[in-house]
Amino acid sequence: MIEPLWEVFVRSRRGLSHTHVGSLHAPDATMALRNARDVYTRRQEGVSIWVVPAADITASSPDEKDKFFDPAGDKVYRHPTFYQVPEGVEHL
Amino acid sequence: MNDLFVYTLRLGDDALISAQRTAEWIAAAPQLEEDVALGNIGLDQLGQARTLLQYAGSVEGTARSEDDLAYFRDERDFLNLQLCELPNGDFAHAMARLLYFATYQQLLYEELLTCADETLSGVAGKAVKEVAYHVDHATQWVLRLGDGTDESHRRMQAGLDALWPYTAELFESDDLVRRLPIAVDPSALQDEWTRRVTAVIDESTCSRPESSYQHSGGRQGRHTEHLGYLLAELQHVARSHPGATW
Repeated sequence: MIEPLWEVFVRSRRGLSHTHVGSLHAPDATMALRNARDVYTRRQEGVSIWVVPAADITASSPDEKDKFFDPAGDKVYRHPTFYQVPEGVEHL
Repeated sequence: MNDLFVYTLRLGDDALISAQRTAEWIAAAPQLEEDVALGNIGLDQLGQARTLLQYAGSVEGTARSEDDLAYFRDERDFLNLQLCELPNGDFAHAMARLLYFATYQQLLYEELLTCADETLSGVAGKAVKEVAYHVDHATQWVLRLGDGTDESHRRMQAGLDALWPYTAELFESDDLVRRLPIAVDPSALQDEWTRRVTAVIDESTCSRPESSYQHSGGRQGRHTEHLGYLLAELQHVARSHPGATW
């Protein structure tokens, strides 16, 4: 029997976002969380885990790549690079 | 033999023999995730065994190392519970054993936390968190198998039943534990153990096993026929190449 697939997100430390680290099989959410603990955090990789049923993720399709992402390619004005930063301003 | 040595050896041998059995699941568990989970659990047990055997060697006063104690003692010198040495059986058997043994270890280590021996309380301090997870892992599977399909329920019940006759030995008291001030008298753990294990079994829809005959003898070095084979595998390399390092 193939068990459902789960995507695993781990927060490596407080203040950072959860990051996708991989996937695993588990019969239900509780076991998925425990499996994730065993498979992905055994070397102290994290302080918090999310598991999400892979079937519940709606993903963009590679076929839509052109209309989704290419139009952003020549819109340089969307980047905040046209401002003069006054001297002495730090951490911008 | 001094009491502290024997007592530490009992705890260490339980952990070592359990670690060896648990490790047999690696690459044989029902799913890859479970291989890793049982690998982690086995390594937790092995870590407890190493510290305990090292300490046993030092209190014995003969300078035997953890390796000497693990690899160069014979079957009758091992003082582990028979529950730990039984063959793995199917996955439900393994989860039944883990539930019985980890719950016992959890109660034992909780008591040892406050004992006057610094090394033993130190081992307990580290191990309580580990065995709490082992109990949780076993519990999750006993619930799912017991309350799963007809076949998984049948197998879970069979596992719980098969290992039950080896559980009375966990709580056997003797002169040594009553004499040694830092030792936990295991008979004091039985009621709470029964309460916790019964709660899991009830929730799993399995029935609590009943059996009149209970095996015993591990603490005196009397073992089932299975321990010899386990030790042969565990000790073979070290005995074939004495003094080798790797």
